[in-house]
Amino acid sequence: MAIELKMPALSPTMEEGTLAKWLVKPGDEVKSGDILAEIETDKATMEFEAVDEGVIGEILVPEGTEGVKVGTVIALIQGEDDDAAPAPAAAPVAAPVAAPPVASPVVAPVAARPVADPEVPAGTPFAATTVREALRDAMAEEMRADERVFVMGEEVAEYQGAYKVTQGLLEEFGPRRVIDTPITEYGFAGIGTGAAMGGLRPIIEFMTFNFAMQAIDHIINSAAKTNYMSGGQMRCPIVFRGPNGAASRVGAQHSQNYGPWYANVPGLIVIAPYDSADAKGLLKAAIRSEDPVVFLENELVYGRTFDVPQLDDFVLPIGKARIVRPGKDVTIVSYSIGVGFALEAAEQLASEGIDAEVIDLRTLRPLDKATVLESLSRTNRMVVAEEGFPVCSIASEIIAIAMEEGFDYLDAPVLRVCDEDVPLPYAANLEKAALIDAAKVAAAVRKVCYR
Amino acid sequence: MAKPARPRAPRTTKSATAPVSTKAAPAIQPSDAIAGEDEAVFALRSLQQAHANNKRYEASDEELLHFYEQMVLIRRFEERAGQLYGLGLIGGFCHLYIGQEAVAVGVQSALQSGHDSVITGYRDHGHMLAYGIDPRIIMAELTGRGAGISRGKGGSMHMFSTEHKFYGGHGIVGAQVPLGAGLAFAHKYRNDGGVCIAYFGDGASNQGQVYETFNMAALWKLPIVFVVENNGYAMGTAVKRGSAETHFYRRGTAFRIPGMDVNGMDVLEVRQATEVALEFVRAGNGPVLMELNTYRYRGHSMSDPAKYRSREEVQEMRDKHDPIEAAKQELLKRGIDEVRIKDIDKKIRQVVAEAADFAENSPEPDMPELYTDVLVGTY
Repeated sequence: MAIELKMPALSPTMEEGTLAKWLVKPGDEVKSGDILAEIETDKATMEFEAVDEGVIGEILVPEGTEGVKVGTVIALIQGEDDDAAPAPAAAPVAAPVAAPPVASPVVAPVAARPVADPEVPAGTPFAATTVREALRDAMAEEMRADERVFVMGEEVAEYQGAYKVTQGLLEEFGPRRVIDTPITEYGFAGIGTGAAMGGLRPIIEFMTFNFAMQAIDHIINSAAKTNYMSGGQMRCPIVFRGPNGAASRVGAQHSQNYGPWYANVPGLIVIAPYDSADAKGLLKAAIRSEDPVVFLENELVYGRTFDVPQLDDFVLPIGKARIVRPGKDVTIVSYSIGVGFALEAAEQLASEGIDAEVIDLRTLRPLDKATVLESLSRTNRMVVAEEGFPVCSIASEIIAIAMEEGFDYLDAPVLRVCDEDVPLPYAANLEKAALIDAAKVAAAVRKVCYR
Repeated sequence: MAKPARPRAPRTTKSATAPVSTKAAPAIQPSDAIAGEDEAVFALRSLQQAHANNKRYEASDEELLHFYEQMVLIRRFEERAGQLYGLGLIGGFCHLYIGQEAVAVGVQSALQSGHDSVITGYRDHGHMLAYGIDPRIIMAELTGRGAGISRGKGGSMHMFSTEHKFYGGHGIVGAQVPLGAGLAFAHKYRNDGGVCIAYFGDGASNQGQVYETFNMAALWKLPIVFVVENNGYAMGTAVKRGSAETHFYRRGTAFRIPGMDVNGMDVLEVRQATEVALEFVRAGNGPVLMELNTYRYRGHSMSDPAKYRSREEVQEMRDKHDPIEAAKQELLKRGIDEVRIKDIDKKIRQVVAEAADFAENSPEPDMPELYTDVLVGTY
């Protein structure tokens, strides 16, 4: 049975090529691996190897022929034996060229609406708790509840946490579950990701997210994409957490907000809470999530105290924003430390007769568009306050959403208040000038209110 | 059994007795006796000696026939994949395992299937086949069909089978090394006795994260075998052009990880060496670094014209060191009827033809698959 030899595609982009030279002639016996011909592709001259054994029958395309389309029969091989294999190369006439991408209407599935925050029953006591303690409590509770949960990072155990977030965990859970690593972010982020793939529930602490850039390959390529690439087989339930954004006078390399970076990546959950209750409820949710979570904290907020309801198991929904201050004149959208500035600005504006609503996004991916748009539909004016660079920011995203889905609600352009578009300087006056504050937020609000 | 022909210094004689270091002991060492003891327990060469003492696995005829069959399956499958690529049925990158078959088959045969875990890079088809995963769904993944093992969403480089504890299938050079250490960490955390095998290449061996991982794996005594598949070329860069230390098995030295230098073209030597490594790791001693010297006959990927090496070099490997031909000759020497071998060849051709058929004729993924498996939860 004759086997057809077809002009091969020898690169991802090749459509045709030149049959530069035949290295065999009719009657030659060939076996798998023998070089049959040299073919010039768009990139290089490639050798064309025999896959089947047999005797060269006829050469159909002479050497020197240019523009030979991929798939053209260029020669025939007389099969050595005509057993089992059905004429292998004779198979597909036209390779199914990737189906035109618009062939069928594609509708992204509508995510189930996030459940609301849990009811806090009347009479529930509240405890004043720092964000730092709330985060620690969340980890401790989840570690008590699930043997698979462990914490790993630099100085998390014996030192009690570089920022004391893991204080006391070593004492309660021991060195098997609270693990000091060497200073080796790329390595331990990868080990944590692998442990999650292997069925554990790691919490990987970065001393700050600035150092996570050493490890970002594992956060994105290994953790975020594997579930999709594996067709849902390989899950990666891991939490990468640590302080993010500008601290105080630590210079450009230790002062960046990576929220927009991670929020850009499908397959990740990105959470950036502001107060203690949200920090606790969302970190518990993050640890329980089947998906990889980037949990962005803020060093300057660690020490702030907020009330946390004293419930046995206080878990908040991921992907749900919260209106932290209702108002009717203008919406200020923010997250993380920006919420503090927004609230401060709102107080100031109230005294001027502007009633501002403040939304804490809490989760940056998936973004709770519904809450933002619903607020905009009532106030018709919006400002986004974000401690971070302005370009390609969460603010940019919120503004795009307002344009695409809230255009008819708008009575003024949406403004963003972000850090200045420069690396964060060290000098106290320059640093202050570069960062957002309540006054800058208030000024933008007055502008959209035409005041 | 022939060693790979790549020009390298002969190794087998010097390993066991060579001094670990010619440097004088640091002054702070309390005594020569302790320094000497430290050098002794360091044991960098001990596994090499264990390997040298008993180089080849004593396979039964049936076992050797099985190894032969698995290697032929990989060879024929990969040849067919190359062919389908040429026909435009497989797109993008496609890294063939032809020439390296003895590595995956030899190592796999020593593992406790479904208990030990395995992870590798993007040259992963051969490993999947060695772990007994259905060739049809592997080929269907290569052709990007809905029936593929990753539903057509992974492709050649991204295939996984959690059922077989095969954890992929990773496209970033070296990333599988810490991920593998994470799998090993999970074995240790659960105390389930499992070991992770993390394969990577001579190219990946120069990635920084590999050494971060060596450090932590040795520090925490993780149950992992690092397997360097040294096929001589990091894409187009010959080992000696890209590596200051070309003896990769020595690269654990700084982390007190014992190394083994193994002929990766002999399936029985690979098997035996793996047993030595596994025994060491299962005893709680921490990681082992195995260098398996092998050779890939094809280019780095399908679009690689492989001009960085001579045709003679490739032909020499094919003619004199081919792992499949060697296994075949050994079978014949043992008096196995040639008909049995031919029957295996015939059967494998059938299996591969069916896989190709299946892969060509299965439909592409349904369009709604575009949006599935991004996240597990609903938020």
